[in-house]
Amino acid sequence: MGHASHPVETEAPESNFPLMRTVAMIPMLALLIFFGAEVARNLHYPVLSTVIFLPIFGAVAIILMKRGHDTLVRWTALLVSITTFLLSLPLYTNFNKGTAAMQFVERSSWIRAWSIEYFIGVDGISVLFVLLSALLTILCVTVSWTSITERTKEFYAALLLLEGLMIGVFCSLDLFLFYMFWEAMLIPMYLLIGIWGGPNRIYAAIKFFLFTLVGSVLMLVGIIVLYLHTDRSFDMLRMMSSHYPYDLQIILFWAFFAAFAVKVPMFPVHTWLPDAHTEAPTAGSVILAGILIKMGAYGFLRFSMPMLPEASKALAPAMMVLSVIGIIYGAVICLGQTDLKRLIAYSSVSHMGFVTLGIFALNTQGVQGGILQMINHGIVTGGLFLLIGIVYERTHTRRIADYGGVASVLPVYSALFMVFTLAAIGLPGTNGFIGEFLILLGGFTASKTLGVLAATGVIIGAAYMLWLYQNIFFVETNPTLLGHGYRDVGMREMLTLLPLVVLVFWIGVYPNTFLSFMDVSVQGLLERVNSAGQANVAAQIIEVVK
Amino acid sequence: MNIPYPDLTPVIPEIIMATVASLLLLAELVASNKRALGYIGIVVAAIAIYLLPACKGESFGGMFINDTFSVYFKTICLISLILTILISLKYIQVQQADFGEYYSLLLFSTTGMMLMASARDFIIVFLGIELMSLSLYILCGIKKHDPRSTEAAMKYFLLGAFSSALLLYGISMVYGLTTSTDIYRIAAYLRQTPPTLPLMLSMTLIIVAFSFKIAAVPFHMWAPDVYEGAPTSVTAFMSTAPKAAAFAVLGRIFFTAFQAFEPYWTTILIVISILTMAVGTVMAIVQTNIKRMLAYSSIAHAGYILIAIAVGGNEAMNAMKVYLLIYTFMNLGAFGIVILLDKGENISDYNGLSKSHPYAAALMLVFMFSLAGIPPTAGFIGKFYIFMAAINAGYTWLVAIAVIFSAISAYFYLRIIMNMYMKPLGETVGITPSLGLAAALFISAVMIFVIGLAPSVVLF
Repeated sequence: MGHASHPVETEAPESNFPLMRTVAMIPMLALLIFFGAEVARNLHYPVLSTVIFLPIFGAVAIILMKRGHDTLVRWTALLVSITTFLLSLPLYTNFNKGTAAMQFVERSSWIRAWSIEYFIGVDGISVLFVLLSALLTILCVTVSWTSITERTKEFYAALLLLEGLMIGVFCSLDLFLFYMFWEAMLIPMYLLIGIWGGPNRIYAAIKFFLFTLVGSVLMLVGIIVLYLHTDRSFDMLRMMSSHYPYDLQIILFWAFFAAFAVKVPMFPVHTWLPDAHTEAPTAGSVILAGILIKMGAYGFLRFSMPMLPEASKALAPAMMVLSVIGIIYGAVICLGQTDLKRLIAYSSVSHMGFVTLGIFALNTQGVQGGILQMINHGIVTGGLFLLIGIVYERTHTRRIADYGGVASVLPVYSALFMVFTLAAIGLPGTNGFIGEFLILLGGFTASKTLGVLAATGVIIGAAYMLWLYQNIFFVETNPTLLGHGYRDVGMREMLTLLPLVVLVFWIGVYPNTFLSFMDVSVQGLLERVNSAGQANVAAQIIEVVK
Repeated sequence: MNIPYPDLTPVIPEIIMATVASLLLLAELVASNKRALGYIGIVVAAIAIYLLPACKGESFGGMFINDTFSVYFKTICLISLILTILISLKYIQVQQADFGEYYSLLLFSTTGMMLMASARDFIIVFLGIELMSLSLYILCGIKKHDPRSTEAAMKYFLLGAFSSALLLYGISMVYGLTTSTDIYRIAAYLRQTPPTLPLMLSMTLIIVAFSFKIAAVPFHMWAPDVYEGAPTSVTAFMSTAPKAAAFAVLGRIFFTAFQAFEPYWTTILIVISILTMAVGTVMAIVQTNIKRMLAYSSIAHAGYILIAIAVGGNEAMNAMKVYLLIYTFMNLGAFGIVILLDKGENISDYNGLSKSHPYAAALMLVFMFSLAGIPPTAGFIGKFYIFMAAINAGYTWLVAIAVIFSAISAYFYLRIIMNMYMKPLGETVGITPSLGLAAALFISAVMIFVIGLAPSVVLF
C-alpha cells in the first residue's frame, strides 16, 4: 500500500511523559479486567456463542457504517474486541480444571437432513486458545490504529470477522461446523494480506489461499469418509470414542495431515508462510503467527490423535522426524535472512517444529510443552511482529541493513524488543524456556537422537536472534535513522505490548496457572492414544504366541 | 380407434407458459413499453412455480410425468427465467435488442425445458430439446447489429443441430431395437437383453448429444465462443436453465431407461466428468475475458454435476438437484455483475472496482467465493453434497480428484477478487443500475447465504 511518509513529530521534552501516563493506565486496565471478569462470571449467557458471534456482528455493524467515519470505526472495533475479551473471561474463572470433559457446551440441531449440529464446547486443550485469540485481537486493533489509513472500515470488519471465525474453530465439536469455520477463515485472512499487505502482497495472498485450500479440501474428503464411518454423524465426541479400522486410520491420518501440516506449517509445505507473514500487515502477521498457524497443531491434538489413535502412534516417529527437520531447517534459513519480518517468519517454522515434536512425543511433558509452546509462540512472535510493525510505521523499511544503533534512538522500544528476543531464545524466567524445556524433555523420552538434534535448534535460535538484536539495536548507529526524530514507543503502543510482556514473565515464572488448565485433558488424550497402541502390541503378542 | 381425452392437469403450467409466450408475441405488436412484457413473463413464471407442486401426475398415456423430480428441475428453470428477465429489463434496452420477442422466446425456451424435465418418452424429450434450443439460437443472435452475436448464434445453431441429429439417431436406433420410445418399456426390455453393440452405440450417441447440451468435454468447444458472443443476459440464462433441464433428462434416461447397463455408462460418464473438470478448470485460468472464463467455469461445474449422475443413487440425484439450484443463483449473480458494468467483459476491467463501486464489488466477491465453493456460501454446500453422495457410493478416489480441481479452480475466481480489491483503480468503469438488476443480484446473494448457512431449506 502506498504508505505516505509521515514521520511523527518529535516531542523531545516530553519523551518520558507517555511512559508515566502508561503507568497510570495500568491500574485502570487491571481494574477493568478484574471488574469485567467479576461481572461476566456472574452473568448467565452462552459464553462461547457470545464470543464467536459478537465479533462477527461487530464486523457486520462496521461494514454497514458510512464510509469515512474512520474514528468511529476504530473505536467500535476496539469496543467490540474488548467486550469480547471481557465476556470470554468466564472461560478462565469458571473453568473446571478437574475434568477432561467438554465444558461450556452448547448443542442444538442445525441441518437435520445430514444430522449436523451446532455443537460447541471447550476443554483444557482449546480453552487457552480462545482466550489468546480474544486478547490478540484487541492488540491487533490498537496496533493498527494509525498504520491503517486506507479502507479502514473493511480492515476492522475483516479483523473482527476473523476473530469470530478463529474462536469458532477452537470451539467446534461438530466436524462440519469446524470445517465451515476453518475454511471461512481463509476469506478475511486472504483479504487482510492481499489488500493491506506489503509490495508483494497479491502473490503472497494467493499462495496462502491456495496452499491452505488444497490441504483443506483433502481434509474435507477425510471428514466425509469419517462421517460415513460414524453412522452419518459429525459428532466429534462420538468419533473420539469410536474405533476405526487401522488401514482407514492411516489414510485418514494423511488426509488430515494435508490440512494441518500446511497450516502449522511443517517442513515440506511451509513455503507459503514466509511470504504470507512478510507481506501481511502487522495485524495480519500477528494473527497468522499468534493463532492461525496454531490451528494446525491444534488439529493434530483435537482430531488426529483422539480419533485416529493407532495411526497417530504408528506415524508419530515420521512426524517427529519432520518436526526436527523443520526446527533445524527453519533455524538455519533464519541465519541468512536480510528482511526483519522474513526472519521472524522462518523462526516460526522452527518454533512450530518444536510444537509438533512435543505433540508427537506422545508423553505428558511433550504434549503439555507443545500446547504451552503454542501459546508462548503466539505471545512472543505476536509481540515481535507488533514491535516490527511499530518500527516499520516510523522507518518504512524492513531491511535489517537499514537499521543499526536503534537502542540509542529508541531506548524504550529496544528494551521491549529485548524482552521478546530473550523469550524467543528461551531464557529461563521467560515463557519460552518453560515450553522448550518441557518439549525437549518429552522429546528425549521419546527419542534421544531427535531430542539432541532438536536441542541444536535452540542453539541456532539463540544465534540468529542475538545476531538480529545486535545488528538492529547495537553496532554503529545507521546515519539514515538519525535526523527524523523518530518518536519512541507511545502510550497506545506501550499498552498494546504490555499484556504480552506480563504474560511472558507470568508463564516464565509460574507456568502452573496455564498448565493446570490442560493437565487432565492431556492425560485423557494420552490415555486414549497410548492405550490404543498397547492394544495393538497386545494383539501382536497374541499373534506371536499363536 | 378410440383415443381417450388426456388428463391435462399435470400439463397446466406448461400450457400456461406456452399460451402466454404466444400472446406475448402478439402483444409485442401493440405494446409501446416492452418492459411490461417482461413483467408479465415474471408473473407467469411465478404462477407456474406456484402451480407446479399441485399438478403432480401423469398425462398423455404416461409420456408426460410431473413428479417430485421434475417439479424440482422445473422450479430451477423457472427461477432462472425470473432472474434472467430481471437482469434483462434494462440491459436489452441498452444493447438495442429491445424486441418483444425476447421475452416470448425466453418463455418458449423455458417451456421446452419443462417438457424435458417431465418427459418419460423420447419423443417428448426431443420435442422439449428442440423447443428449448431453437428459441435459444434466436436469442443468441438477437443483437442483430453485432457480428459477434450473429456468429455465436450461427455456431450454436450448427453444433446444436448436429447434436440434435445425433440424439435423433440414437433414439431411432433404440426404437428399432426395443420397439418403443417409452422410457419404462425400454427399461423393461433392456433388463432382459444382453448389451449388444448397436444398443451400446445408441446409448453412446445419446450421451454424446447431451454432452453437447451440458458442454461436457470433449463436446464443449462451442460454449466459450457462444457464451462470449451472445448478449450477456442470454449467456446467463444459457449457462443455467438449459443445463438443469439437460441434467434432468440425463438423470431420468440413465436411471430408468438404461439402468440395466449401469456399469457401462458409469465408466463413460466418469471419464467425461474428469475430463470436463480438468479442461474447464485449466482453461479458465488462462482466460482474459470474463464471459469466456465463466464459460469454462460452467464447464468445470458440469463436471462436478456429472459425478452425481455417474455414481447414481437417490442421494446423488438429490445432490444434483441442490447443486443445480445453487449454481443457478451464483452463476446468474456473477453474470448480473457483468451486465451491471458498462464495460465489464475483460478481467482487467475489474481492477479497483471495490474503490469505484464497492457494493458491486462486494456482491461479486460473494458470487466468486460461492463459485469457488468456500463456506459459508451455498457453493460449498452444493459441492459437499455431491462429494458426500459420491463417497457414500464408494467413489472416494473420484472425489479426491474433484476436490483438487476445485481447489485449483479457486485461483481464477480469486483472480477476479484480486483485481477488484487489490489492484489499483484503472479507468473508472461506469455502471447502469436498475431496479430489476438490483433485485436479481439481491435475491441471488441472499439465497447464497441462506442456502449456505441453513441448507435445510433446499434439502428434501
